[in-house]
Amino acid sequence: MRRFEGIGVSRGIAIGKAFLYLPQKLPKISQSKDNIKIEQKKKTIDKALEKTRREISSIHKKLIADNKRKEADIFEAHLLFLDDPSIKEKINTLLQQGYSATYAVESAFEESAKEIEKIENEYLKERANDLRDVKERIIRNILNIPNPSLSLVESECIIVAKDLTPSDTANLDTKKVLGLVTERGSSTSHTAILAEALGIPAVVGIPRITESVNNNTMLIVDGENGIVVADPDKPTIKIFIEKKEKEEKEKVELEKIKFMKLKTKSGKEIEILANIGNPEDAETALKNGADGIGLYRTEFLFLGRENPPSEEEQFEAYRKVLEKFKDKPVIIRTLDIGGDKQIPYLNIEKELNPFLGVRAIRLCLKNTELFKTQLRAILRASIYGNPKIMYPMIAIKEEIEKANSILEEVKSELKSKEVPFKENIQVGIMVEIPSAALNAEKLAKYVDFFSIGTNDLIQYTFAADRTNEKVSYLYNPLHPALLKLVKFTIEASHKYGKKTGMCGEMAGDLKAIPQLIKMGIDELSMTPTKIPYAKKFIKDNF
Amino acid sequence: MLTKKFVIKNEVGLHARPAAVFVQTVSKYKSKITIEKDGKIANAKSIVEVLSLGVEKDAEVTITAEGSDEEDAMRAIEKLIESNFGE
Repeated sequence: MRRFEGIGVSRGIAIGKAFLYLPQKLPKISQSKDNIKIEQKKKTIDKALEKTRREISSIHKKLIADNKRKEADIFEAHLLFLDDPSIKEKINTLLQQGYSATYAVESAFEESAKEIEKIENEYLKERANDLRDVKERIIRNILNIPNPSLSLVESECIIVAKDLTPSDTANLDTKKVLGLVTERGSSTSHTAILAEALGIPAVVGIPRITESVNNNTMLIVDGENGIVVADPDKPTIKIFIEKKEKEEKEKVELEKIKFMKLKTKSGKEIEILANIGNPEDAETALKNGADGIGLYRTEFLFLGRENPPSEEEQFEAYRKVLEKFKDKPVIIRTLDIGGDKQIPYLNIEKELNPFLGVRAIRLCLKNTELFKTQLRAILRASIYGNPKIMYPMIAIKEEIEKANSILEEVKSELKSKEVPFKENIQVGIMVEIPSAALNAEKLAKYVDFFSIGTNDLIQYTFAADRTNEKVSYLYNPLHPALLKLVKFTIEASHKYGKKTGMCGEMAGDLKAIPQLIKMGIDELSMTPTKIPYAKKFIKDNF
Repeated sequence: MLTKKFVIKNEVGLHARPAAVFVQTVSKYKSKITIEKDGKIANAKSIVEVLSLGVEKDAEVTITAEGSDEEDAMRAIEKLIESNFGE
């Protein structure tokens, strides 16, 4: 029995026989010149390009038909590489200098791959490999050496290879391939992306694994821990079979549970919502079974640009999410900027203590045009779903009153222009400043709901900058001082028949959830991928 | 000749699909189109050159179009970047 460690890139356990995939190598392309006429060489290359284009197009079509969008995109990029004017120019120059057709292709692509690789970026390193993949296809077609294909796999197996190119993996028969093991690769490599999309366990980055195992060697692949075991003994096989069964059972169970509505044994409904930062996250939230959006951060619209987003742009961003969630609630938090997130076009004065300065609602109440534009966009989008508005960083009731009067102003403007919107849209606040938590009973009268933002509430309660590692020991969500504030807030809202949710890190923390449920929390909002686990945990324990 | 500055806002910058969509879009026009970042100029119709610029999120780029359809080209580019490459 031998054990190898690599990088686990796709969860799951595979047990089966190795299939060594070592495609016929191309001969080394030497830097040679020849006396063949340029026109002839150009024709040869064009023919090879044409053939390559047909090959790639057919893979691309197959992937689209199989609904593998991500992998299809890779081959779309391959087609662009084939037609790249910069590479074509390089090839022509080399041909004019008298180099052979194969060397011209080899050198032009290799040079481009090196240019891309120069940039320190994992993603671009992979694109350089894409270029080499295309290059190899073209050269094979010039030399008439067939392109290797994994469609040769005949029975169930675990593929062991030096590396897998997108062309290799596109032909993968997913019914027969149990797992993937490669010598090269990283968590952003094609093997990783593909394996994850297909749900095939995969481990990459095990040096010389192709020399360490033979065809039909018995293998275990543990994609979660990045471990490969060759020739495992019986007890080891048993352990992994059990682990595999457990994982599969859990997966099936999570699949079932994630779309359920939760009710505790005492009959209390608990909604599990998602925190999202842009419209694209909404899809992930839905897939993971979110009962709604508990926190839609709107900062993404405002950061990294020279002017504020237009009302139209905001409207589209809100509408997109609302349409996806239909009648499920979507809590849109108005702009929370300032503090550590600076925006040049707002000309915010430099402050000595930005976290205690003009941020979030404080900024919006000063810059009412900015605030009004956002409110108008939200209201206009409101007819497409079930939105709620949430003000961040409320410290005192006057801030709610001020914000609400601006909201009313916007509403009457829209009414006078006969623009449709939901008049009874709910309005709530983030409770993330101790003064708001301590005074929650009073504030509850002015709002429809509370949402506790634990990250800031902890920071302000313990006077501990959450970005400063040296004071991270103070960052303890389960400290009684914090729990008291949480309890206060929940009880105050219930007294007035209103709900309290939570949208900080703490809401998705399985260690904290029991305490929160005991205190009567109504909603928990978390990173989408945590939702299935939280639902299962609550269902099993409450 | 038209020149315009843009800030790339989408998450992955000019990589992956956005880069492909960008190159496909500008390739539809006859004009000579370049994209510049930090003094480095790339042929906007070449995916290799565009990727080599390493345009990350929040990067500022300058796009220049010169030719008979330069206005249409610039309008299409503007639309594309504003829509975050149709993401």
